[in-house]
Amino acid sequence: MLNIIHEICDLCGTCVSVCPFDALELFENRLKLKEENCTQCLLCLNVCPLHAIEEDSE
Amino acid sequence: MRSRYDIVVVGGGPAGSSAARSAAMRGKSVLILEKDRDIGIPVRCAEAVGEIGLKRFLDPKPEWISNKVNFARLIAPDGTAVEVSHHVGGYILNRKVFDFDLAQMAAQHGANIMTKTHVYDLKRDADGKINGVKYLYLGKPCEVESRIVIAADGVESRLSRLAGIDTVLRLQDIETCVQMTVANVRLDRQYCDFYFSSRLAPGGYVWVFPKNDHLANIGLGISGEHNAPRAAIDYLKEFIQSHYPDASILTTVAGGVPCAPYMDRMVTDHFMVVGDAAHQANPMTGGGIVLAIWAGQICGEVAADAIDGNDTSQKRLRQYEKLWYDAGGKVHIRSYRLKEAVYRLTDDELNRTAHKINKLAPENRTLVSIFKTALLHNPKLISDIIKVFLS
Ligand SMILES: Cc1cc2nc3c(=O)[nH]c(=O)nc-3n(C[C@H](O)[C@H](O)[C@H](O)COP(=O)(O)OP(=O)(O)OC[C@H]3O[C@@H](n4cnc5c(N)ncnc54)[C@H](O)[C@@H]3O)c2cc1C
Ligand code: SF4
Ligand code: SF4
Repeated sequence: MLNIIHEICDLCGTCVSVCPFDALELFENRLKLKEENCTQCLLCLNVCPLHAIEEDSE
Repeated sequence: MRSRYDIVVVGGGPAGSSAARSAAMRGKSVLILEKDRDIGIPVRCAEAVGEIGLKRFLDPKPEWISNKVNFARLIAPDGTAVEVSHHVGGYILNRKVFDFDLAQMAAQHGANIMTKTHVYDLKRDADGKINGVKYLYLGKPCEVESRIVIAADGVESRLSRLAGIDTVLRLQDIETCVQMTVANVRLDRQYCDFYFSSRLAPGGYVWVFPKNDHLANIGLGISGEHNAPRAAIDYLKEFIQSHYPDASILTTVAGGVPCAPYMDRMVTDHFMVVGDAAHQANPMTGGGIVLAIWAGQICGEVAADAIDGNDTSQKRLRQYEKLWYDAGGKVHIRSYRLKEAVYRLTDDELNRTAHKINKLAPENRTLVSIFKTALLHNPKLISDIIKVFLS
């Protein structure tokens, strides 16, 4: 599972623009993950300029 | 605020304001919906525009401009600075004021504008035809109808996907950026500096754009392919630490710029995409402000004409694609090829190229000759050059 670190996220939308499965959305000043769409391809994590997305350890 | 408009524009950046203004000037009723609290904030931008480019569309007002720059330096990995000989007339804008004013101009021509308004879906009629948008205003779900929806929603552009236009960017086609506006730096405010080096900014470059003698936008973009395990923020912290150790950081922003191949599909029935959402930024430089204004103007004109002719079908709206291709398409395609070639150069090749260019007579060091030299002195790039210049 992905973990979005909201304290770091700058709401820049870079991750949204690369997600092939429309699993991310900037909604009301918060980056939201639609878990049901996410395939854990990790493109978003690799592209975030601030390391605001990490892979959950469990 | 009405319940029905000719055109709803989603996004109050340069593309949205420009499209709205040009449609409103043609007598159309237009509504701009912007999700953020303020038009123009946050500024995710290095704020540089060419003087000639901007003046083609607008008469610059003094309050838009933080600084005027006259020269550019390209700095190779070993520190060799190549000064571009010709006068590079450019402005470092104050985008908060600039974007705000662009929206104001649209409003003066009759466009309505709302902020804190998040568009979350397209509205469709019983036949599935797009006829407006759904949005949250202060947390409350609302709807508005329109004959055309213009998506000017920036790099994230979710709206296009909902309309069936694929705007998903490949990692190699996005520059992931961080920028800090820093004080307490000593600069020559006439110079813009660009650092090319795989160590400092792989697949991109570092910019130092002075806002005055001691304040600058310093940032970098790196190719999305090279953003892990070290990310843009790590590169920028290192650059500022090594080049401007006494800098005080006044703002930090992240952002993404589409540096992507030409997107040839920008419309569907009753729907148009413009600006960063349509990947219109220049793929080599990442500059997109003037291009967004330009494309917005064309987009707004075509939308207004289509409404006047009572035909807002994809077929009719494709005129925008055609006009935009004629205006910006060829340069875009060439710039994308150039980007691919330049970012393939190794640091050694960049250094050697810089030394060679510095042997050229200063008056011959134009941007074009620099890029040509960069390409010509690297035999393995011959095939790329042929593609760049001959196709
Ligand atoms: C770090 C960085 C530096 C840059 N430097 C330069 C530079 O020096 N020179 C240059 O020319 N270009 C630069 N660019 C590129 C430039 O900023 C963009 O090309 C330009 O802003 C594009 O304008 P736009 O109107 O298409 O999009 P934007 O300016 O991004 O505007 C899109 C707007 O849509 C809104 N929006 C998005 N989704 C929704 C929604 N669902 N509902 C309502 N509103 C929504 C957003 O809040 C935003 O205000 C830079 C970009 C970055 C990231
Ligand atoms: S790319 Fe990173 S900073 Fe930007 S919105 Fe996504 S998680 Fe937040
Ligand atoms: S892991 Fe892949 S599918 Fe999941 S949100 Fe990130 S980019 Fe989208």
